[in-house]
Amino acid sequence: MQNDSIKKIITVSLGVCLVCSVFVSSAAVFLKPMQEKNKKLDKITNILKAGDLMKEGVDPVKIFKDNVVAAIVEVATGEILPKEKCVNELDLEKYDIKAIAEHPKYGMSIPADKDKALIRKMPKFMIIYMVKDVDGAVEKYILPIYGKGLWSTMYGFIAIDKDLMTVDGFTFYEHGETPGLGGEVDNPKWKNSWKGKKAFAANGDVLISVIKGTVNPAKPEAVSQIDGLSGSTLTTRGVNNLVQFWLGESGYAKFFEKLRKDGSNG
Amino acid sequence: MAKVKEILLDPIFKNNPIALQVLGVCSALAVTSKMETAVVMSLAVMFVTALSNTSLSLIRKHIPSSVRIIVEMTVIASLVIIADQLIKAYAFDISKQLSVYVGLIITNCIIMGRAEAYALKNPPGKAFLDGIGNGLGYSFVLLTVGFVRELFGSGKLFGIEILPLVNDGGWYVPNGMLLIPASAFFLIAFLIWGIRVWKPEQVEED
Repeated sequence: MQNDSIKKIITVSLGVCLVCSVFVSSAAVFLKPMQEKNKKLDKITNILKAGDLMKEGVDPVKIFKDNVVAAIVEVATGEILPKEKCVNELDLEKYDIKAIAEHPKYGMSIPADKDKALIRKMPKFMIIYMVKDVDGAVEKYILPIYGKGLWSTMYGFIAIDKDLMTVDGFTFYEHGETPGLGGEVDNPKWKNSWKGKKAFAANGDVLISVIKGTVNPAKPEAVSQIDGLSGSTLTTRGVNNLVQFWLGESGYAKFFEKLRKDGSNG
Repeated sequence: MAKVKEILLDPIFKNNPIALQVLGVCSALAVTSKMETAVVMSLAVMFVTALSNTSLSLIRKHIPSSVRIIVEMTVIASLVIIADQLIKAYAFDISKQLSVYVGLIITNCIIMGRAEAYALKNPPGKAFLDGIGNGLGYSFVLLTVGFVRELFGSGKLFGIEILPLVNDGGWYVPNGMLLIPASAFFLIAFLIWGIRVWKPEQVEED
């Protein structure tokens, strides 16, 4: 047996590597279009879920195209970026929160005392989605939000009604919280409890909070409170902090202030 | 024919990779909180064990023993990447839940163990069956544990409600402990106990 000669060892190793690499790379190349499609579909589905637009039996891509318009908002000023500036990293199709937050030009660090959501870095420009009715008037705004839970950074959307006060939907599309405990942020019943809550006061102060325990409906502040998730105090606190962070002055406050001033929605 | 049946079915009860050989336990803890993930993980492991056994057995007479382990790892790693890519393309939701654990099949001792112990000494046909058999043995444990954890932990099976939860107006108070990975330790221990009571020859002397 010549199996242990140096020549044989090298031939066999090279041969195995070559064959394996051909298989791996062809799998990667041939399956890529499908994976990209899945990723995009996943994102669209989540936006539609937050905006309560999903319809049984209708292609999500079509619903999205017909009803939703994306735009980029400069967080510091609340201005919507003109279309011609939404290129490269800020391309509406390719926008990726995680990449932009880390980007030297488009991301920024958050000072520790303001970093309620514990995310350290955030994008200077955020993508937002506007749901339009048949006449083209905005019905609601779907805003990406994210922050630290117990184990993971949770990524999601919050939908705010055109009255600029009421929450219209809430969902997370990516998190790694304990299934059954913090993972209950995915519970449809709990997500539904966000609907109709008052997120802002008339002057723009953030009112909404997720409390520990169950909301007492008799109290006046109940209209802005969400039940905490039992058995997951830290996840609940994380959700509370990240919602207040994103709706507050470091997040979309400027954007809403502008909308209120413009009164473009009557 | 009897031989084929033996190779295929022995690893399920008589020589179960998890219950008797106590291999590949880590992933059995991580992906069994739901049936859906357990099923996909089982299929992925079966795919990898069967194909790695077959391909290693095909070249077994040419593998120099000094680089044996590296050759095995290369083949197994490639198959795992292919399985991972396939799951990402055809079962995206589940791939998000399985996250790193598909990649970690590479470190699953069952596959390496079967390659070393069986594929290098037997012809491809038998090695293939042995791979499928051990995949089945692994699946058996995963599905049993997943069944108990999902049913009693969240009152569901494959995401469909079986026991209506108190939270949603039903009567069942879910056992949250079952959703924590550590609970799988207990379940696997009970399973091993059960199998060894049934088949006393598996009890180890010390």
